[in-house]
Amino acid sequence: MTEVEETLKRIQSHKGVIGTMVVNAEGIPIRTTLDNSTTVQYAGLLHQLTMKAKSTVRDIDPQNDMTFLRIRSKKHEIMVAPDKEYLLIVIQNPCE
Amino acid sequence: MPQKQTRKQSISMTRGARKRDEDSGTDVGEGTDDWSQSKATVRPPDQLELTDAELKEEFTRILTANNPHAPQNIVRYSFKEGTYKLIGFVNQMAVHFSQVGNLIPKDSDEGRRQHYRDELAAGSQESAKVVTSDTEILEEDEEPKEAETEAGSQTDVPAAAEAEAETTEKVIEEEFMAPVQPKERKLTNQFNFSERASQTFNNPLRDRECQMEPPPRTNFSATANQWEIYDAYVDELEKLEKTKEKEKTKTPVAKKTEKMTMRKLTSMESQSDDITKVSQAAKIVERMVNQNTYDDVAQDFKYYEDAADEYRDQEGTLLPLWKFQNDKAKRLAVTALCWNPKYKDLFAVGHGSYDFMKQSRGMLLLYSMKNPSFPEYIFSSESGIMCLDMHVDHPYLVVVGYYDGNVAIYNLKKPHSQPSFRSTSKSGKHTDPVWQVKWQKDDMDNNLNFFSVSSDGRIVSWTLIKSELVHIDVIKLKVEGSTTEIPEGLQLHTVGCGTAFDFHKEIDYMFLVGTEEGKIYKCSKSYSSQFLDTYEAHNMAVDTVLWNPYHTKVFMSCSSDWTVKIWDHTVKSPMFIYDLNSAVGDVAWAPYSSTVFAAVTTDGKAHVFDLAVNKYEAICNQPVVAKKKNKITHVQFNPIHPIIIVGDDRGHVTCLKLSPNLRKMPKEKKGQEVQKGPAVEIAKLDKLLNLVREVKTKT
Repeated sequence: MTEVEETLKRIQSHKGVIGTMVVNAEGIPIRTTLDNSTTVQYAGLLHQLTMKAKSTVRDIDPQNDMTFLRIRSKKHEIMVAPDKEYLLIVIQNPCE
Repeated sequence: MPQKQTRKQSISMTRGARKRDEDSGTDVGEGTDDWSQSKATVRPPDQLELTDAELKEEFTRILTANNPHAPQNIVRYSFKEGTYKLIGFVNQMAVHFSQVGNLIPKDSDEGRRQHYRDELAAGSQESAKVVTSDTEILEEDEEPKEAETEAGSQTDVPAAAEAEAETTEKVIEEEFMAPVQPKERKLTNQFNFSERASQTFNNPLRDRECQMEPPPRTNFSATANQWEIYDAYVDELEKLEKTKEKEKTKTPVAKKTEKMTMRKLTSMESQSDDITKVSQAAKIVERMVNQNTYDDVAQDFKYYEDAADEYRDQEGTLLPLWKFQNDKAKRLAVTALCWNPKYKDLFAVGHGSYDFMKQSRGMLLLYSMKNPSFPEYIFSSESGIMCLDMHVDHPYLVVVGYYDGNVAIYNLKKPHSQPSFRSTSKSGKHTDPVWQVKWQKDDMDNNLNFFSVSSDGRIVSWTLIKSELVHIDVIKLKVEGSTTEIPEGLQLHTVGCGTAFDFHKEIDYMFLVGTEEGKIYKCSKSYSSQFLDTYEAHNMAVDTVLWNPYHTKVFMSCSSDWTVKIWDHTVKSPMFIYDLNSAVGDVAWAPYSSTVFAAVTTDGKAHVFDLAVNKYEAICNQPVVAKKKNKITHVQFNPIHPIIIVGDDRGHVTCLKLSPNLRKMPKEKKGQEVQKGPAVEIAKLDKLLNLVREVKTKT
């Protein structure tokens, strides 16, 4: 297994992690550990939000770039790490 | 009045006409009687009665060529003037009959053509006449044959036709010709010319169409933001720079090969829609996930200051933070710890075994504090790693010493599991475990350079010349006073075993070596046979020697004989001696103060001393590892954060935070600025040393 696969596996087995997914640049999920409907929902919504957030950061200063996006809610935390072509989304319950 | 007159005239005219008609009508019958019977002119009752004068009046009647049907005045609308205008002259011509004739003048084109045609026809007639004279004879011969052929069956006709193809053709032609000649050229008119037309069978038309696949289409949409424009500019710049570089460096042949490789690369990249591109993002997310899990620890690390320290007199505590461990290194003891000089959250852990009997493999792990659950880099080796060091200028180079006496350099930029450079038995590896390695400044040729010390008594300087390790023996440690005479007159030296060394920070050539016998030698790189000085340090092997980071004269040593000693290198006896009730595994000076140091013992305790606060006792004395059987092997201070990492022989590394009491800075005096900096630290230590010296001189 490649290093990246191992890393993803570790993330998934980490304490409190509910699910991980990899989404491509068009918002189509490539890899996921959740069920289909949830994945599609997360992918579509988060993709738009990430683009908006990234655009905001870069509009303010084009030399800047967004490193990651964290949304903490009552139930869990959604972490999005954007890449050039892909988006990595992890949902974790940090309070466990 | 004249109108009436004309009417009268017309009436009279018509009467006259009638008379004549009557006359003409009766002319035939009564022609002879005309002179005899003169009819009396009968006057109609309504005839005008005119006077003689009026009767004699002459009326001129003009005969004009005017067309009575033509209009007498025509008015036309003139657009130019915008009014109706009278046309002066009205056309009086009346056409009674018109017929289109077919006479053409001789000189016109059509006339000439017809003339030419006539000539041709005449000419052909003449030639035909000549031919007919020849064929007349043929005709006479052929006629009976033809009669035969005609009489014969139809099947014979084609055969005969084939046999006499040429002749019969000619004959047929001439036959056509012959009747034509005597006749004149036929005029085709409606009386003797009939055109017969026949309609052929028209093939039905069929449409044939060909449709190609439409070119694939994709939707493209983009936004024009400031940052998109910026990105585009940056990309352009990069491309320009790349092309410039290529032009400068590559030759045309190389360019071709490059293009080939480029093509291959692009094809490979497009094929593999794989996940390795997510590696960077995956790393970040892993750290985020860990941060969440160890959130409280991270908060403590950053912000927690033990408030109880104010009440604790002068003692401090160590707050445990993260614990780093890896399954693969579970059975291996931590044999070396080193913080990275550039990335202050990265540290290297060397795993191996101190046990002589249980020697197995070794591992080099690099952890980041941002990700306590998994190391950033993993390297494994066949032999246990005993020591390691990171280069200050090239923080990606890690030099490692093995239990089997080899040394190797790992390059973190290259993710191979194998070291980039390695010593071999041919290139002068040590014959005993390498206990310490240390990078030095690059030599005059800018080659990387490091020293290693080993139990085989050699201190070796290794230089990396063109990717090969070249060794130079700097010093061979000899146990003084142990030279024995062998019968052959040679002197046999007992080799001393070096276990630790440290280089002076300012005086480049000077360094200290600790040995297994408990002695510390002060050596110089230039003198290979003699030591500058010897200190009778310990009763057992010296585990660590370290120069003070601020004070240039002070160094510290620790040993398995339960003691930690602080020395002034000009004085043969130690300044301070501390007995820790257990074998001391390692000592380390604190980077922020010249008087603070930490020591770890095999009973699992960590001791922190601050000489400025308490010269005789530790200000912190705390068990750090969980199980009692766990021995702590190494300790290191972080260069900037107030934490220490402690490695034990179970393969675990624990990170502890120093409480404020342990990090005491000189208090501000009223009205005076706090002086910080090495000078202050040196002065601080000096004061202490002077005190001690005074005491000693007194006693």
